[in-house]
Amino acid sequence: MSLQLRSITKTFGPIVANDSLSLTIESGEIHGLLGENGAGKSTLAKVLSGFVSPDSGTVELDDEQLKLSSPSAAVSSGIGILHQEPLVFLDFSAVDNMLVGSPRDGNHTKDLAEEHLLKICEQFNFSIDPLIPVQKLSVGERQQLEIARLLWLGARVLILDEPTTAISGSQRENLFQTIRSLAEAGMSVIFVSHKLEEIQEICSRVTVLRQGRIMGTKHLPCPTSDLIDLMFDRELEPQGRKSSDSLGSICLELCGQKVTTHFESGKVDMTFRTGEIVGLAGLEGAGQRDLLRSIAGLDDTVTEGVFFRSRDIGDDSYIHRMQYGFHYLPADRGREGLVDGLTITEHVALASPQRSIATDWKLSREESKKIIDKFSIKGTPESVPASLSGGNQQRLLLGLIPDNPTVLLMEHPTRGLDIESAAWVWKYLMSLTEEGTTILFSSSDFDELMTYCDRIFVFFEGAIIQELASVEATTERLGSLLGGVK
Amino acid sequence: MEAATVAIIIASSTPLVFAALGETLTEKSGVVNLSLDGSMLLSAMTGFASAYLSGSVEIGLCVAMFTSATVASVVAFAGIKLRLNQIAVGLVLTYFATKASALFGGDFVRKPGPSIQKMSIPGLEEIPFVGEAVFQQNPLVYLSIVLGFVLFVFMFKTRRGLDLHAIGDRPEAAFSRGINVNLQRYVYTILGGALVGLGGAAFSLDAKMGWSDGHIANYGWIALAIVIFGGWHPLRAMFGCYLFGLIQVSALELQPVLPDLAQVLPIAPFPLMIVALVFINLRVVHSVTDRLGSIGSLIRGRAPSGLGESFWPD
Ligand SMILES: Nc1ncnc2c1ncn2[C@@H]1O[C@H](COP(=O)(O)OP(=O)(O)OP(=O)(O)O)[C@@H](O)[C@H]1O
Ligand SMILES: [Mg+2]
Repeated sequence: MSLQLRSITKTFGPIVANDSLSLTIESGEIHGLLGENGAGKSTLAKVLSGFVSPDSGTVELDDEQLKLSSPSAAVSSGIGILHQEPLVFLDFSAVDNMLVGSPRDGNHTKDLAEEHLLKICEQFNFSIDPLIPVQKLSVGERQQLEIARLLWLGARVLILDEPTTAISGSQRENLFQTIRSLAEAGMSVIFVSHKLEEIQEICSRVTVLRQGRIMGTKHLPCPTSDLIDLMFDRELEPQGRKSSDSLGSICLELCGQKVTTHFESGKVDMTFRTGEIVGLAGLEGAGQRDLLRSIAGLDDTVTEGVFFRSRDIGDDSYIHRMQYGFHYLPADRGREGLVDGLTITEHVALASPQRSIATDWKLSREESKKIIDKFSIKGTPESVPASLSGGNQQRLLLGLIPDNPTVLLMEHPTRGLDIESAAWVWKYLMSLTEEGTTILFSSSDFDELMTYCDRIFVFFEGAIIQELASVEATTERLGSLLGGVK
Repeated sequence: MEAATVAIIIASSTPLVFAALGETLTEKSGVVNLSLDGSMLLSAMTGFASAYLSGSVEIGLCVAMFTSATVASVVAFAGIKLRLNQIAVGLVLTYFATKASALFGGDFVRKPGPSIQKMSIPGLEEIPFVGEAVFQQNPLVYLSIVLGFVLFVFMFKTRRGLDLHAIGDRPEAAFSRGINVNLQRYVYTILGGALVGLGGAAFSLDAKMGWSDGHIANYGWIALAIVIFGGWHPLRAMFGCYLFGLIQVSALELQPVLPDLAQVLPIAPFPLMIVALVFINLRVVHSVTDRLGSIGSLIRGRAPSGLGESFWPD
């Protein structure tokens, strides 16, 4: 069995997202799709899974031409996709979620769905109670549920679009294990990512896209530098944080006794210096987000006493704190960060500190052009978030940070960015710290934490269990601390 | 309380039950038909008028259903196909239908007309208390009660009901599973509209026989409120309707005894509804209802996440 793509082309207005792509994927193969932000990976995945119809080109499975007119048509032809954020129904039970959209025949009853789910759970070591509300499942488990569903519907090709961005390390291991067993059983897997290590770890072949074109296909493992050469037409600069002796005075102090269910440690007592970069490590939901939001003034669950340059701002709201130069960047950019349907220019106008009655659209447009330029966003002042690739949405969010922030609070600042963009972002962030910005950020990327932080706080189940200077941090140490082992 | 009083409560709440159930069905699919008050009024008028002219209640009922379904189809078309704001369209239609009912209903004001006849259910009507309270009513009343349970079973026990939840909750996900979201939304909006029409006819052919301007006394708005109070659950909505009926009837009964209280009672449901909703959504209460399984979810209630948003696949 093999999946053949023949000259797939897809354009969005002037942008050629997929430029006559031809590719063969064998059964039992885990095939990587690698490329920088906006290279066209997601677009190709959407074409194959019936979400987007190509301008031209055909797809064949076992020499039979497929009609991929809709997502369900793709599924019944045997191609299933796992979205980064699984398209599941949060209010449904796991088994009901599987039933929605399944064929109404004797082979797809509720009992059989439950039976199948339990079988898959056993086979791949998942633990999903068929009756549990999907809401209570972690993102990783929702992915497992989707995989179970797609298998139940007879998928022979599985596409995963950046599946590891929002899940924990152990869930990632589990996912990789699952993918490997699926491939061993003869399934074709297409693995979309811009993370080189991941591609190296799991794929047997990789195809590199750049600006909608195929730059080459390689057998893995191969030297990472070869892949980088294919991905970018520019040289990457080495990165790293220089010594942190130059830190300024204390800028932010936290103290408090508030004990809540969210955050179980009774006592919070921390100070941060001007120009310091502090990383918050931990599994998803271990308390990093609560702390960041609490400092931002969006939540008072963690700390009552917040002192900014020795001034008590504990009672000030986020709006007030913004006037002191605080800025918070949420992880869920789609829902909390950007406004659906507003153009980049409108976002700029919205974020502008000026509060005159009439919006100066000309100025906002100029400004948005500048941001697009400075952050090399692939889009125009009129682009809406939905038309930007994931990485470009993140760049836009960074571009919307007001000038000279004093305290920057970020969740996963480079999630979804390719290495070159991530390096670029950090260069920018470090230039901010030189101007006196204090940065606190959460991240699940150990390299990022070790490379850029002056200090790292490790969270476990709602408490900070360890503070590390960056020199003390190693992957092994962080790994075991994340699991609560000191 | 006497069985006769219960019978009155049930009978007088019947129009409300139809309207609230119809709107629950519509909103479950993700469409808001805000024109309820207008379309209920208009269908009360057309229902009565056609029954009056033809002498047949059945024809009246059918015409009423057709009237309200037509209004609903306008809401559906504007909200789904034209992607207009459903709230705005609903409000305009309310106004339009209200005016139209006054304009075309002029000839039928305060005329005696046919009405739905009582039909006791043999065997059941002899049950002490319950028999008199429930089983000596007219067919429309029985239908409304049966309908509540039918909708409950449909929504929570069938595959189609599951699809209904899916299109209301996350239309893009439902679409990706191969469900024709917009077609189904049309169907449920129009079906829901037909039930609202039945509610209108239940007024003019039974609960408050005849026709006059503003005949349904804003029950459409009350039904809309009850849908929310009912947490988009058919049985809870039905419960809300009867509770409302209970308060109204109590006010009448208390009139001679406690005139002050009787004056306040008719407006009591509205603050009560708000208090109840606030209570249900308290964190403490949530932590209890979270543990109660399906009964908990009945108490909690939840708006369809995609309510009022149009969906169009690219
Ligand atoms: N619906 C759309 N409308 C307009 N342009 C779009 C649309 N979807 C994608 N694009 C454009 O097509 C190009 C490729 O986008 P795509 O999402 O495929 O990139 P990607 O490789 O997945 O990037 P990332 O790693 O950032 O997710 C981008 O320039 C993007 O702006
Ligand atoms: Mg992408």
